Amino acid sequence: MESCNCIEPQWPADELLMKYQYISDFFIALAYFSIPLELIYFVKKSAVFPYRWVLVQFGAFIVLCGATHLINLWTFSMHSRTVAVVMTTSKVLTAVVSCATALMLVHIIPDLLSVKTRELFLKNKAAELDREMGLIRTQEETGRHVRMLTHEIRSTLDRHTILKTTLIELGRTLALEECALWMPTRTGLELQLSYTLRQQNPVGYTVPIQLPVINQVFSSNRAMKISPNCPVARLRPLQGKYMPGEVVAVRVPLLHLSNFQINDWPELSTKRYALMVLMLPSDSARQWHVHELELVEVVADQVAVALSHAAILEESMRARDLLMEQNIALDLARREAETAIRARNDFLAVMNHEMRTPMHAIIALSSLLQETELTPEQRLMVETILKSSNLLATLVNDVLDLSRLEDGSLQLELGTCNLHAVFREVLNLIKPIASVKKLMITLNLAPDLPEYAVGDEKRLMQTLLNVVGNAVKFSKEGSVSITAFVAKSESLRDSRAPDFFPVPSENHFYLRVQVKDSGAGINPQDVPKLFTKFAQNQTLATRNSGGSGLGLAICKRFVNLMEGHIWLESEGLGKGCTAIFIVKLGIPEHSNESKLAFGQKMSGHGQTNFPGLRVLVMDDNSVSRSVTKGLLVHLGCDVMTVSSSEECLRVISQEHQVIFMDVCMLGIDGYDVAVHIHEKFTRRHERPLIVALTGNTDKVTKENFMKVGMDGVILKPVSLEKMRSVLSDLLEHRILFEAM
Amino acid sequence: MEVGQMQRSLVDYTKSLFLEGVLDGQFLQLQQLQDETNPDFVAEVVSLFFEDSQRLLNDLTRTLDQPNVDFKIVDAHVHQLKGSSSSIGAQRVKNSCIAFRNSCEAQNIEGCMRCLQQVKQEYFLAKNKLETLFRLEQQIVAAGGSIPIMELSF
Repeated sequence: MESCNCIEPQWPADELLMKYQYISDFFIALAYFSIPLELIYFVKKSAVFPYRWVLVQFGAFIVLCGATHLINLWTFSMHSRTVAVVMTTSKVLTAVVSCATALMLVHIIPDLLSVKTRELFLKNKAAELDREMGLIRTQEETGRHVRMLTHEIRSTLDRHTILKTTLIELGRTLALEECALWMPTRTGLELQLSYTLRQQNPVGYTVPIQLPVINQVFSSNRAMKISPNCPVARLRPLQGKYMPGEVVAVRVPLLHLSNFQINDWPELSTKRYALMVLMLPSDSARQWHVHELELVEVVADQVAVALSHAAILEESMRARDLLMEQNIALDLARREAETAIRARNDFLAVMNHEMRTPMHAIIALSSLLQETELTPEQRLMVETILKSSNLLATLVNDVLDLSRLEDGSLQLELGTCNLHAVFREVLNLIKPIASVKKLMITLNLAPDLPEYAVGDEKRLMQTLLNVVGNAVKFSKEGSVSITAFVAKSESLRDSRAPDFFPVPSENHFYLRVQVKDSGAGINPQDVPKLFTKFAQNQTLATRNSGGSGLGLAICKRFVNLMEGHIWLESEGLGKGCTAIFIVKLGIPEHSNESKLAFGQKMSGHGQTNFPGLRVLVMDDNSVSRSVTKGLLVHLGCDVMTVSSSEECLRVISQEHQVIFMDVCMLGIDGYDVAVHIHEKFTRRHERPLIVALTGNTDKVTKENFMKVGMDGVILKPVSLEKMRSVLSDLLEHRILFEAM
Repeated sequence: MEVGQMQRSLVDYTKSLFLEGVLDGQFLQLQQLQDETNPDFVAEVVSLFFEDSQRLLNDLTRTLDQPNVDFKIVDAHVHQLKGSSSSIGAQRVKNSCIAFRNSCEAQNIEGCMRCLQQVKQEYFLAKNKLETLFRLEQQIVAAGGSIPIMELSF
């Protein structure tokens, strides 16, 4: 065989080159094999790597390249076909992979680049957040400072402590060099340095309040930077060569109690402000930050509120102390008054008994003495003694009455009283004096005045007597007239008694009594004084009145108790005087009237009215017939009259309950009628009662009446009272033996 | 004249009537019977009395003028007059009637004539007085006053 006598390449001359190529290929292969290993190693180490697939591809590519270069080693020398094939395969694969990788990289590289951009963006964001975080932290710290300051300030209600604490805390929080508070003086024209931080006892610096810088600060509620050279800021002598630190001033409103409305925030209508000045340390380059200014403003507001609270507290404490003092004083006064009243009551009680006893003795014995034999001189003396002691007794009684009246312990003793009788009695009592003085007394009782009323009879009489007595006392001549009537509503509202508004009602009426005298009269200006105790009018006193001056006062009180009014009218001196009083009296019910004894011959339970009692009157004398009829009509009976016996018998019926027969008529007519009536009405209860009216009182006549069957006899003339009692007896007992 | 003065004069006048005996307590009784339901009671009764008495007096005069005096009739009339006047309270009239009756019982004509004169006199006096009284009352009422109530206190 010819063997391919290929030139067995011995190491030719460029064998060196071949060697170098051989070595380079070897190292390339080595590198190529180690790079993926490194990659794998580091990728494994890192947790995050999104492009594993790319890495694998890259790894494959490199491995294949390495393999190719490695296999290249064998191609320098004679190599077999297998090697060639392997070489080709690896080359092909390498080509494929590298192309794939190249294609892949086209997609990937922009991504990778953008990753970088995002990273930058995130870094910026982080920086920003950091900044913000810093700000928040600062704010939070400021807030904490404020809270702490407020807490300190508000933990006390003492004004000095509040202010001092404010300055101290502010100084500490903001690291101030100096902090000062200027308060307005009382006049409001100057600011006075009141508190400082460093100086213990500030001397009384004052600064006029109208400085422009101060006005500027006061005009806004913000903390303002001011020049360190202005008067309010020049608190310490300049030290050192450094610039003084920045100064900030803020206004502190001084609120008053009156500023706090109910639903409003306090209005800053008060222009009183204090000035707070804060100075940063002079050797630092610090500036006032916004958050620090805000802190200062907030603190200033809080201080204002705290100060006003302190002021309110001071006020209320003062008021409470005042009240306590007043209470003590009042208590003392009350106890003193009680003691005085008790003392007076004791005194009165003693006086009541002790004084009256000797008085009675004096009066009684003097009267007895009067009865004995006396010389004219002695008689005069005894009379004087008696008169004086009577006066004294009256005075004592009056005083005691009055004090009881004023106590309010006097109560009216209400009872049914006969008004007419009261007036009559007063008249009787006053008549002797009046006749001595030759005064005429007239009494005029209105027809509509009820006969009976519910009231305090004794006190009413006392009042009346007093008033009438005064009238008589002060009239030298002329007359006294007493008028009494029921006051109607129009006349009740008298212009002279403007406070008096009586209201008549169902059960009450107002009695008005006017007593007019023709005496000396009273000056109209003196009228009010008359009702005051012991106030004697000069002109009255000179007229030998001898009155104690209490009478009218007592009358007034009685009248007031009776819910009435009393006053005097006079046109002037010498023109007489009229005393008028109105009192409220009750209207008694009809059943009450029967309980009264108004006559001597009362059976005690008779009726005063016989409404609807049907009566027949038989009388031939027209005058006496009408008189009898009038009597019976007045008593409420239903009266029919006849003038003859025939008429009587014709008219008589069961309806008539009583027949009054006048048997002065001649003859036996009267008797006949009675007999006839008996025959006509056989049953007793149907028969009318027969009563004879006669002027004849002898026994025979009476016996005849009884024989004939009359139920009663009345002697003429018949008075109203007699008729009344007759009728009531008759109706009760169905028989009246006699009423003479 | 003002009311008070008139009232005073009325009171005085009435008092004088009582003092003179022209009227007695019965008249007051009559006044008591006068009220708002019976406002003119007294006036009515008094005028009745006047009528009645006038008639009776005329009858009496006539009867006594006759030649044969029937004392029974005279007595009856006088009895009537006595009754009327005592109902009214005309005291003196009544008293003179009583005297008249005595004369009648004695059947004494002269006595009766005398008594008749007496009765007439008293009657006319009483009539005058009562008429004056009523006139005074009317004056007072016309002037707006009220009649004062008389109180007998002697």
